Amino acid sequence: MNVFALLFVVVGLGLIGWLTARARAVRFDRGGQKRLHSLPSQHGWYVAMWTVLPALLFIAVWSALSPALIKDQVLKSPAASQLSDFAFERDTILGEARDVALGRADATFDDTATALVEPMRAAIAFYGWTGTGIAILLAFAGGAFAFTRTSPTFRARTRVERGLMLILLLASLIAILTTVGIFLSLFWESMRFFAMVPPQDFLFSTHWSPQLIDPNNPGKSLGAVPLFWGTFFIGAVIAMLVAIPFGLMSAIYLTQYAAPRVRRWMKPLLEILAGVPTVVYGYFAALTVAPAVRNLAVFLGMPFASAESALAAGLVMGVMIIPFVSSLADDSIAAVPTAMRDGSLAMGATNSETISRVLLPAALPGVVAGVLLAVSRAIGETMIVVMAASGAANITLNPFESATTVTKQIVDLLTGESEFDSPKTLAAFALGLTLFVITLLLNIVALRVVKKYREAYE
Amino acid sequence: MSKRVASPAPAPERTPTDWKSAAMQKRIRRRYARERRFKLFGMMAVILSAAFLAFLIATMMANGARGFTRSEVALHFDFPKLGIEIDRSHLKTPGADLALAGAGLQDKVETLATSPAGYSLASNSAWVTVRDRIKAHPAILDGKATIWVPASTELEMGSRGEGPANVQADARKLSQAGQLRTGFNWGFFSASNSNDPVAVGIWGALKGSLLTMLVTFLIAFPVGVLSAIYLEEYAPKNRWTDLIEVSINNLAAVPSIIFGLLGLAVFLGSWQIGGHTFGPLFPRSAAIVGGLTLALMIMPVIVIASRNAIKGVPPSIRDAALGIGASRIQVVFHHVLPLAMPGILTGTIIGMARALGETAPLLLIGMRAFIVTPPSGFTDPATVLPVQIFLWSDEVSRGFVEKTSAAILVLLVFLLAMNGLAIYLRNKFETRW
Repeated sequence: MNVFALLFVVVGLGLIGWLTARARAVRFDRGGQKRLHSLPSQHGWYVAMWTVLPALLFIAVWSALSPALIKDQVLKSPAASQLSDFAFERDTILGEARDVALGRADATFDDTATALVEPMRAAIAFYGWTGTGIAILLAFAGGAFAFTRTSPTFRARTRVERGLMLILLLASLIAILTTVGIFLSLFWESMRFFAMVPPQDFLFSTHWSPQLIDPNNPGKSLGAVPLFWGTFFIGAVIAMLVAIPFGLMSAIYLTQYAAPRVRRWMKPLLEILAGVPTVVYGYFAALTVAPAVRNLAVFLGMPFASAESALAAGLVMGVMIIPFVSSLADDSIAAVPTAMRDGSLAMGATNSETISRVLLPAALPGVVAGVLLAVSRAIGETMIVVMAASGAANITLNPFESATTVTKQIVDLLTGESEFDSPKTLAAFALGLTLFVITLLLNIVALRVVKKYREAYE
Repeated sequence: MSKRVASPAPAPERTPTDWKSAAMQKRIRRRYARERRFKLFGMMAVILSAAFLAFLIATMMANGARGFTRSEVALHFDFPKLGIEIDRSHLKTPGADLALAGAGLQDKVETLATSPAGYSLASNSAWVTVRDRIKAHPAILDGKATIWVPASTELEMGSRGEGPANVQADARKLSQAGQLRTGFNWGFFSASNSNDPVAVGIWGALKGSLLTMLVTFLIAFPVGVLSAIYLEEYAPKNRWTDLIEVSINNLAAVPSIIFGLLGLAVFLGSWQIGGHTFGPLFPRSAAIVGGLTLALMIMPVIVIASRNAIKGVPPSIRDAALGIGASRIQVVFHHVLPLAMPGILTGTIIGMARALGETAPLLLIGMRAFIVTPPSGFTDPATVLPVQIFLWSDEVSRGFVEKTSAAILVLLVFLLAMNGLAIYLRNKFETRW
């Protein structure tokens, strides 16, 4: 049976369990016997929990396990003896057979696959119905067990609340699981990569050309230094040269000078800039900004300037980051005690003198932290560089030349070929690990800075 | 303190500042000029940022407006003369498409649509329109018929006064003769991807986005809200909960592409457990994988927003509920949660808007396939609107520029509507306790 239909049935059984248990508890109540310990609906929830949760757990495990079990059974069938031992080819043929067996395709290309359709269909049906049967059985067993326990003195509420607490705890553990999952999956694939390519080649060598990998010495063409430089140059230099002055000055203007009405309108308007999807910025950068930058370069006397310059990507990325810098600067300026501002003004300083000599120095930790967070956001940004930056790995100081970034290379490496074990695809995970570690460090440092200096005025 | 406090020394004699002196006047003027300059810089920063936004939207509108219209050209068919050999009884069967293609319909339409100058008046997919018309009305095969088909990109540009002069002249002639018309392109909302810029539409991508968002919401909303409740209301203060807090805050700042790598490795990679290889958990390019990946991505956003909303409910509400005998679970689910709901929903909508505009992680898990049929389920190959925009932006054909911008406008409208809804909810239900 379809997994969704099965889920529907299980939830339906849970509903039935809820209704019957509640009805039974209501009858206890009316019978004029002892007073119930728990409300009727809590008895209902108790039965529903026992009906649904074990079955759901089973379905989750079963749907993860059954493809492997099906494959094992099909491989045992006589028709599978002709299959090649080469895993990739074998999986393709099995995949074809599965598509036909499930009715997704009409016929197979491969004759071996045609012979496998029947065993495949039988295996899918066998494991499908076994799973369905066990799941429904579990639902009934759980429901029946819980139902027999309902009695006027049964403490259903305590049980339900304990169960609910467990669910809450599990939900909050998903965040940890995700973090651990990210780290482990990146780390695992990176280790496989570093088994083929020495880490020092990857981290310190300056030649990057994944299209021309020498199978005997893959490290020679997988030196990531140009990518690190390009990422730093585009994300931390060019983008910040746009984002910091604009973000800071607009935060200052909107908090210190603008009339409340202007502020009420302009702040959300600037925040729209942060809400525009990055693919739109990328398209804009590639369509409008990059040609303009190229024309500028030609005008400045660089006739062979790249149409995929670092400047175009960095400029647009900077604009995207403006609201981010602005809102963080806004927060840290607002946190400076009014007394300091008033004191400075009372001494006869002008507004701008107060801002640049009193407010900004006092707000500096917050602003610095904001800038660090903005940098971490910029170097992790993908679509703008994928669409507007080039794939050529250069180490250059000229913003009109092309540069490439870590994120762009990850996308380039992972789209195209689907082979999972080559140094080329695994390099993407090593780059991902580097990116993850760097953004993590930036965030930790930023939070530390904020935490350390925030207490100064409180 | 044994030391005696020294009495303040008398202020030194000093000539009072002469504020009227030329030097002081000049100094004040200079300071005020700096003040004005500083204020001007601030204003310029705000104005330039807003101008950039306006410029971006104006560019998209200027390019995209034409994506919503399309030109059609009238082709006159004399079917008996064209000689389409086909058994009429086939036309109502599922094999009709194949039969008409076999009868050389495509070639014949293309020949007919070729202008005297040698370029094609109709788009490459024009014969599909003719085919569908024949299937709907087999009787037209007996006589002459005029069928409106999508115009080719050349002719469409010609009708706007772009491109080669002879095409422009042809376009003028045709529209004076009533054989060229331009109307709203409904097909843009009902068709899916195609190689032909004239025939493309966003329906397939929109449906993919819808399915993906549904999965994202069904996972991220319950998990996010439940973990926010746990952390805010029940969690004891210990190292475990600190660890949870730290990981949520860090996840919120992890680049989105990392989540794509996670999805690729966990949902689409193979697992080795006890000698068995567990193949990919889900099919490639499926909405369910995209939805799960995006759910992990926006969950921290929902958790943080929900925690703030729950924190905003005053303790007196909890105390009152506890005081009349509610259990700790009842306090939260009957009293705190309903009051925090507007804030939670606002955060959720903002998170969903972010997921709707996200592209990079979905590229990595293979949702960039060329999808011609809209997905009909969570496990069908699908693409989403931002990825569709990315794919079209890579096309070289000139006609795709307009379609890309038009799709961007649709995406922006959706996102603005979602953000507007979030702001509305916040303003309407915001409670000052």
